[in-house]
Amino acid sequence: MKEPQPLDFEKPIVELQRRLQEIREHSDEHALDFDSEVEAMEAKIEITRREIYDNLNAWQRVQIARHVQRPFALDYVERCFTNWNELHGDRLFGDDKAMPCGIAMLGEHRCIVITNQKGRNTKENVLRNFGCAHPEGYRKALRLMQLGEKFHLPVISLIDTPGAYPGIGSEERHIAEAIAVNLREMMKLRVPILAAVIGEGGSGGALGIGVADHVMILENAYYSVISPEACSAILWKDRRHAAEAAEALKLTAQDLMRLNVVDEIVSEPDGGAHRAHEKAAEILGRALHSNLERLLKIPINQLLKKRYEKFRRLGNFAEPPKGNGATG
Amino acid sequence: MAIFKKPPTGGGGGRKRRSDIPEGLFQKCPGCNEVVHEIELTENQRVCPHCDYHFSQSAKERIESLLDPGSFVEMDASLHSVDSLRFQGMATYKDRLKKYQESTGLIDAVLSGYGTLEGIRVAIAVMDFAFLAATMGSVVGERITRAIEYATTERIPIIIISASGGARMYEGMLSLMQMAKTSGALARHGEARLPYISILTNPTTAGVMASYASLGDIIVAEPKSMIGFAGPRVIKETTHQDLPKGFQTAEFLEEHGLIDQIVHRRKLRPKIAEFLRFLGPAAA
Repeated sequence: MKEPQPLDFEKPIVELQRRLQEIREHSDEHALDFDSEVEAMEAKIEITRREIYDNLNAWQRVQIARHVQRPFALDYVERCFTNWNELHGDRLFGDDKAMPCGIAMLGEHRCIVITNQKGRNTKENVLRNFGCAHPEGYRKALRLMQLGEKFHLPVISLIDTPGAYPGIGSEERHIAEAIAVNLREMMKLRVPILAAVIGEGGSGGALGIGVADHVMILENAYYSVISPEACSAILWKDRRHAAEAAEALKLTAQDLMRLNVVDEIVSEPDGGAHRAHEKAAEILGRALHSNLERLLKIPINQLLKKRYEKFRRLGNFAEPPKGNGATG
Repeated sequence: MAIFKKPPTGGGGGRKRRSDIPEGLFQKCPGCNEVVHEIELTENQRVCPHCDYHFSQSAKERIESLLDPGSFVEMDASLHSVDSLRFQGMATYKDRLKKYQESTGLIDAVLSGYGTLEGIRVAIAVMDFAFLAATMGSVVGERITRAIEYATTERIPIIIISASGGARMYEGMLSLMQMAKTSGALARHGEARLPYISILTNPTTAGVMASYASLGDIIVAEPKSMIGFAGPRVIKETTHQDLPKGFQTAEFLEEHGLIDQIVHRRKLRPKIAEFLRFLGPAAA
């Protein structure tokens, strides 16, 4: 894999890499041994990278989550699963390429796999609609989840979308209804559901396949009620405050863990998943597998009760003991 | 998720409209430009007597016009929003809450409780657009969920009158999670085979539309209400397309198969009663 496009905050690393390159060229040119300098520089690069990645702010994480060379859902499907068979279409309108779904094995377990897929170039992005699904994507996902229920296959959902698609056809075919129905039906689905936010968790479009018994999020992924840009446009009347909005929205994996919105953070290789697809997939695959084994052992009625309670508890409000009126 | 800065398609803001006319006495109808007196509006359930334009109603007015007089008992009235994210923006969440609490006399964007409608016991939750665009935060989600759970326990129908700009940004992901929470409560209410009537009013959008508002056994809408997921401006910017005529109106959505009926506000009470009597609570 070629070196990923550096992000703005990775500039110090780029600068060190440039100097490393110079040392190497100098060494070749003059047939001199600069091994120790090379080694020192390489170590310095690693330390700098770690320093940067250990102190990422919310907006930097959003940029990593959106990195075009970050592993996408199908990269994980290819590496973590076997016997993948994509199953197309919602049997109502069409096949949403932004949401590939299918059947596959995770280790020895047969699963239903629901994904959001983004593209790396213009051609792919046109095909995948930038990872923004239409109603038929959500309805296909539900069709497959119900197939899973019928054949006792657990559901694994890999979330990576900027959001459900805001378009004319989307509204005409009731994107809101498609998401709402998924929220209700996932709450009742009589098989374990495991979700992982692997990149972007864009609001209702992400939640529409995210009502799960266990919700994981990658270290540098984000999950937000609104994009930082749109939040900035509304609250600051200007899209340039996206970084502040990202901070304010508490959308990072670490913040969401504190809010109990997610259940587990899955670590990424040093320097982000976009630098090491194989390693990232290995870590996620292990996390999916161990959680699936755990969920499969829980009796389904107990699991459904826990699923309900998990979402039921979310929210934060004050309730003074002396209210006027009865309590529900 | 799109959150509207102001109610689109000219509606919804009628109640607080500023103009040359002294506020609270006369209003210019956004539907027909006729000047309407406040008393006329009040007597006519805030519907324009000239053109049937539906001005927005407060949650309190809606409950008064829908339920049997004096039957409403409010539940969970003490629930207050808290600034759990310590939201830092142009204005703090606390200031926004305070401002809308003062301007509306409400604690948050929903009233919930139970009462009777033509003698039928119902649980009810009504959103009030005048409070922070009736965005759904933890309090809205919790009160709606409790109203649904109360209905499930009591084996009675639930009525939710929606209006909303969507999720409440100030509560971040806790706001989004209310979608799952309320939909989950409706799943249980539905499994108990109890009726849920969803009433959509101007405007109902985004996260609320993508959760309980779309899940009614029967979905009715007030005429000309703006109803949708994404805001029209966002759709235009994303697609670079002209929007179809009447896009995202109640009439458009009835035509496209989402809404069971468009019901004039004056007919809402007898119509809902008819639906409830017809469906009844199914035998357990």
